[in-house]
Amino acid sequence: MLGKLTWDAIPFDQPIPLAAGAVVALAVLAVLIYITVKGWVPYLWREWITSVDHKRIGVMYVALAILMLMRGFIDAVMMRTQQAVAFRSNGYLPPEHFNQIFSAHGTIMIFFGAMPFMIGLMNFVVPLQLGVRDVAFPTLNSVSFWLTASGALLVNLSLVVGEFSRTGWLPFPPLSEMTYSPGVGVDYYCWALQISGVGTVLTGVNFVTTILKIRAPGMTYMRMPIFCWTALAANLLIVAAFPVLTATLAMLLLDRYLGFHFFTNTGGGNMMMFMNLIWAWGHPEVYILILPAFGVFSCVVPTFSGKPVFGYRSMVMATMAICLIAFMVWLHHFFTMGAGGDVNAIFGTMSAIIAVPTGVKIFNWLFTMYGGRVRFTVPMIWSVAFMITFTVGGLTGVLLAVPPADFMLHNSMFLVAHFHNVIVGGTVFGALAGMTYWFPKAFGFRLHEGWGRWSAYFTIAGFYVVFMPLYVVGLEGMTRRLQHYDVGAWRPWMMVSVFGVLLALVGIVLEIVTIYVSIRDRESLRDEVGDPWDGRTLEWSTASPPPEYNFAVLPHVDHEEYYWRIKQAAARSETLPEEPHYVDIEMPRNSATGFVAAFFATVMGFALIWHIWWMVGVAFVGAYATFVAFAWRDHEEHVIPAETVARNDHARRAARAKALKAYSPR
Amino acid sequence: MSATAAAHAASHSVARMPSHTGPANKRIVTGYGFWIFLLSDFVIFASLFAAFAVLVHNTNGGPGPHELFDLKSVAVETGALLLSTYACGLASIAAHRRSAIGFYLAMLVTAIFGAVFLGLEINEFYGFIDKGAGPQRSGFLSAFFTLVGCHGLHVSLGMLWLFTMIAQVFAKGFRDDIQRRILCFSLFWHALDIIWVGIFTAVYLYGVYL
Repeated sequence: MLGKLTWDAIPFDQPIPLAAGAVVALAVLAVLIYITVKGWVPYLWREWITSVDHKRIGVMYVALAILMLMRGFIDAVMMRTQQAVAFRSNGYLPPEHFNQIFSAHGTIMIFFGAMPFMIGLMNFVVPLQLGVRDVAFPTLNSVSFWLTASGALLVNLSLVVGEFSRTGWLPFPPLSEMTYSPGVGVDYYCWALQISGVGTVLTGVNFVTTILKIRAPGMTYMRMPIFCWTALAANLLIVAAFPVLTATLAMLLLDRYLGFHFFTNTGGGNMMMFMNLIWAWGHPEVYILILPAFGVFSCVVPTFSGKPVFGYRSMVMATMAICLIAFMVWLHHFFTMGAGGDVNAIFGTMSAIIAVPTGVKIFNWLFTMYGGRVRFTVPMIWSVAFMITFTVGGLTGVLLAVPPADFMLHNSMFLVAHFHNVIVGGTVFGALAGMTYWFPKAFGFRLHEGWGRWSAYFTIAGFYVVFMPLYVVGLEGMTRRLQHYDVGAWRPWMMVSVFGVLLALVGIVLEIVTIYVSIRDRESLRDEVGDPWDGRTLEWSTASPPPEYNFAVLPHVDHEEYYWRIKQAAARSETLPEEPHYVDIEMPRNSATGFVAAFFATVMGFALIWHIWWMVGVAFVGAYATFVAFAWRDHEEHVIPAETVARNDHARRAARAKALKAYSPR
Repeated sequence: MSATAAAHAASHSVARMPSHTGPANKRIVTGYGFWIFLLSDFVIFASLFAAFAVLVHNTNGGPGPHELFDLKSVAVETGALLLSTYACGLASIAAHRRSAIGFYLAMLVTAIFGAVFLGLEINEFYGFIDKGAGPQRSGFLSAFFTLVGCHGLHVSLGMLWLFTMIAQVFAKGFRDDIQRRILCFSLFWHALDIIWVGIFTAVYLYGVYL
């Protein structure tokens, strides 16, 4: 009846996961009860859960990402403390538990922390910057989000029901095959990623279509803000790379469930094929993570330097070059496979070459700042920290791209330090810069500057203190994922590293304090006008928070710096542009399709993990019925009358007119 | 697209890209988006083709392609699928002309030839398993069953979609949104042909040639 699921799945004998799981379960339950008692359920259902508004979906993505980043950070704290104490002893985490922790840490941070954060920012910003009302497929967008949330739920469920994968953040065979991993851990991993992977591919489809087909009149390709370009590149990579992950995990699942021989070491399987396939997805994946961050910095740096981005065209070229070369470097993840000198040389060279467009970007940001009036606000602090940190990380990457050096450093702590150097220093700093930068646009008030500043300082310092020692121990021969060790030379560095975790923890606490203080003092931090930073792109031309339809009338873009120019013209003439003619606006109606489909997807994933076949069938029928119900709708849109649009826009124009008097044109 | 946007674009009379006039209409957006989705589906098949190419020699002492493949049956399968796609094209024309009878008939013919294709494929799979050449036998057979089976799964899901589409037209008529879905369905059905041409060539013909 319940397949493999029995009471043994609950880890009654392991206090740490059991206690952690119980606390989380109680916390979730408490929140749900609180929401219900307060009577917020109808509001949440109407305004958020069933919303197909790209701004709401973006905010939900970022909220999910922040939650998961914290979950992943707890794993990180456990790993660092374990390695600090497990010198000539077993530490406090038994090996099978330690292995689950490093697997969960990587999986959660990449798939449910970094990616949703970037996709959330793209969701919120791209339609606003393109000057349009929504993405190409609004309901599909909601489906994408809820499928991602479904994957995150399954991964976290493994904490209490069963176990998680012990095979690392990528399930390398033959270790991940049934012979060596007979438990449900790898199945949790695979199904969670298959479900959220579908969501990610649909996001890719949605955003490629949006950027290529839905732009404001006059918004030619070469007038799009750089963030839209990097979003385009990242989503092209999603469309081209994520199906490879889906196919590869499907093959692994066939091996595990039906005894196929794709990656087994018997029966004619080929485990190195898994390496090639997984990294053919995996390397583009790191550019999916970093390119949107590059886009964030390309918005933040010009705004706070008071200059247009330096070398717009070279930025576009560099972005698209990275997009292309991202597919030609995957073999550098396993130079030690033994593909031979020629193959390694080609991939080593390509890996070094991809650093060139990235270098172009770094210089462009520096030259954007050069000669500008730089304001060191919180987003700018993150950006400067990024430029320095990412350059260090990029250079150690070039070192690793040299095959002979890689033979020494492969799978060492040096590698761990390198990829954290670029992912934390690039993607996470970019995510936090973007969150601080667009927060006032999303909620109508800024984040508190003072607390935010200290949060940034502590997090950045924490990053350096944690990871610089890891470079050293890596060069001293320490391999990654060690549950315990007995080399005395590594010990002091591990102690320094764990101190850095403390600094980062302070940074995270301060970030939470920042958000709390900002909500408390929101009246004094209010953004009345909609342009708190003296911005240059279209999202700052509408109100904060923007109305559901974003723009009362679509802008007619005639220049790369369109909004900046009309703002300066208005300031010089001290009059706003002429009032437009308002018309009715059609917007897509809310839909529960995403939420309901993701519910069935979660049930199906759970049933597949535990071999509960009847439940798989029920969930499939349920998911199909959901889409048929959606397809049977007669009204896709609701109309916002011209009077409402005019009323909202008059309020916006009044605030602008007032602000115009205080604004000195440049 | 509003009239003012068109007027605005026209006032700048230099040669411009069509997107310059603002967001594209729904039919273009839907068709374009669905093509992007199909491309992502092609990448799944590309991975399976790659796996087949890597594993085709790994027969693990079991039967190889030339001992198993019956090209005659595969030729009939191919013919059935191509005829099914032709009928699907007729269904699109009927939908364009808003002829319900023509649409139902053409879709039914599409479904019949699709079912013939699936029947022949299932028959082939049973025959292999009967001879002890199931997907668990060797790396080669795992790759073969997965690649060809994945295409078959797509055809099966397409059949489900096909009948849903007939029901939609019956219930809602040729509304704009229904027409867009018919466009997507026919793109899907034609894309499965493209994949099959690849399978016919790279799996069956090349397999026997090996």
